[in-house]
Amino acid sequence: MRAQFVFHEVWIGLRRNLTMTIALVVVVAISLSLLGTGLLFVKQVDSTRTFWQSRVQLSVYLCTTSDLYGNCKQNGAVTPAEIQSIKQQLTSNKDVTSATFVSAKANYTLFRQEFASNPVEKYALPDQIPASFEIRLRNTQADADPVSEVVDGYPGVSDVVNDSTILDQFYKLLDGARNAVVVIAIFLLVAAIMLVANTIRLSAFNRRRETSIMRLVGASNFYVQLPFLVEGMIAGLLGWLVSTGLLVLVKSLLLDSLQQYFPYGISLSTADLIEVVIVAMIIGLLICGITSFLTLRRYLRV
Amino acid sequence: MIHFDNVTKTYPNQGRPALENVSLDVEKGEFVFLVGPSGSGKSTFLRLVLKEERPSSGRIHVAGRDLARLTNWNVPHLRRRIGCVFQDFRLLPNKNVYQNIAFALEVIGKPRQFIRKVAPEVIDLVGLEGKRDRMPDELSGGEQQRVAMARAFVNRPMILLADEPTGNIDPATSIGIMKVLDRINRTGTTVVMATHDAAIVDSMRKRVIELEYGKVVRDQSRGVYGQAY
Repeated sequence: MRAQFVFHEVWIGLRRNLTMTIALVVVVAISLSLLGTGLLFVKQVDSTRTFWQSRVQLSVYLCTTSDLYGNCKQNGAVTPAEIQSIKQQLTSNKDVTSATFVSAKANYTLFRQEFASNPVEKYALPDQIPASFEIRLRNTQADADPVSEVVDGYPGVSDVVNDSTILDQFYKLLDGARNAVVVIAIFLLVAAIMLVANTIRLSAFNRRRETSIMRLVGASNFYVQLPFLVEGMIAGLLGWLVSTGLLVLVKSLLLDSLQQYFPYGISLSTADLIEVVIVAMIIGLLICGITSFLTLRRYLRV
Repeated sequence: MIHFDNVTKTYPNQGRPALENVSLDVEKGEFVFLVGPSGSGKSTFLRLVLKEERPSSGRIHVAGRDLARLTNWNVPHLRRRIGCVFQDFRLLPNKNVYQNIAFALEVIGKPRQFIRKVAPEVIDLVGLEGKRDRMPDELSGGEQQRVAMARAFVNRPMILLADEPTGNIDPATSIGIMKVLDRINRTGTTVVMATHDAAIVDSMRKRVIELEYGKVVRDQSRGVYGQAY
C-alpha cells in the first residue's frame, strides 16, 4: 500500500472537483452543526430537569411591608404567629416532604448571590425581598396544585410560586427549538447524502481514464476505490471540523447566554460539548463513508 | 496459455452470438494475429480473456487459471499477468512518458525503488530513450503507442493483448510498432494482436486466426491476411 499515491490521487480529486467539494463541506458542516445543536438542547433540557428535581418545588412567599398583593395590603407584613400557623399547615400536609423557613434577610443574601451578574441586583432593597417557605413535595407533578391551594390566600401569604410552571415554558422553548433544529438537520443530511453521491460520481467520471487504466493493469478494487472513499471522508471531516467550530459558538453564545435569564448555574460542561462533537464526527464519517462506498459499487465496477 | 473450449458469448438483447462455439489454444510464447471484419468477435475474444465479460457457455483458461472459478477478488491478479494495448493508446494526458509507465506499477503497489529501476529499462526497450519527460501531446502517434506498449509490458506480463495497435498509425510507423511487439514476443511473452492491417499480417508470417460472424473460419500457422483458399 502506498499512502503517498493514494493521497496524491485524493488531492487531485478534491481539487478538480473544487466547487462540488466546497458545497459538500458546507452542507455537511451545517447539517452536523444543526444536529449537534439539537443534541446540545436535549442535554440542556436533561441537565436542567435533573437540577430542578433536586431543588425546591414550591415557594411560598410571605408578606412584606411593601407588598402590594391583595392578601397583604390590609394586613401588612407577616407576623411571627402567622408564620407558625403557615408552618403548621404545611408540615401537617402529607404531600409535603419538607418545608423550610427562609428569613427575608437570608433570601436577600441569596438573591444578591444568584443575580450577581444581573442589573436587577442593584435595584433590589432588603425590605422588598420577602421571607419564604421552600417546600419539597413528595410528587412534583401531582402534588404541586393541591398543596399550593392549601396555603394560597392564607393570612401572611403573599404568593405561591410553582417552580415547574416557570420551567415548563423553558422546556417548551427548548423542546420546540430542538425539534425544529433536528428536522432541518435531517433534511440537510439527506441533501448531504445526495451531494456525497454526486460528488463521488463526478469524481469517478472525471477520472474514468485513470480508473479504466488502473483496472486494466490489475489494480485491486481496494486500490481503485480507496482514493474516492478517502475523498468523501475527507470532505466529511472538513465539514465536521467547521461544524465543531459552529457548535462551540452555539454553546458559548446561545446556550450559555440563555443562562443569564435563569439564575442557577446549569450550563453544559465541556464534556457534554465534546460528546456531541464526537457523535457529530461519527455521523459525518459514516454518512460520507457509506454513501461513497455505495456510489462506488455502482459506478466503479470491475 | 490461452485455452478456449467451445466458448459462446451472446450479449443481452442481441440475436446472433458475438462468439459461437470457439475452441482454440494459444501456447506460451506464440505470436497470434486475430483477423476478421468489424463485428466478427475479435474484441469480444480479448474481453473474455481479460474477464471483462463472462462467456454464455464454454470454458476459458488463461495462464493456467479457469476463469469461471476466478473470483472477482482475484480478477486484478489475472490482469497483472496480461498487458493491453489499444488503437487509441489510452495514455493519461497530464502525465509524462515516465509517469504514465510508472502509474501502471504504482497502482499495483510496487515500491518506488523497483519502479525507478524497471521503468527506464522498458522505455529503452520500446525505443523512447531521451523522451521520458515528454507529455503525450508532444509525441507522434507512433511514439504514443510505444508508451502504451511500454506501460503494458513494464510488469512483464505473460500475455500481451493488442487491439488494432496500428489502427491509428501510418504504415511506415506501424513497422516500428510491429518490431517492438516482436521484441516483446521474443522475451517469451505470448502476443495476441487483433488487426485489420493485411500488409502487416502478410509480412510477419505468424499464426493467423480468422473470425467471421463469431466463428473461427481459419486457423493457420505462418498465415497471411487474405483468404488462403
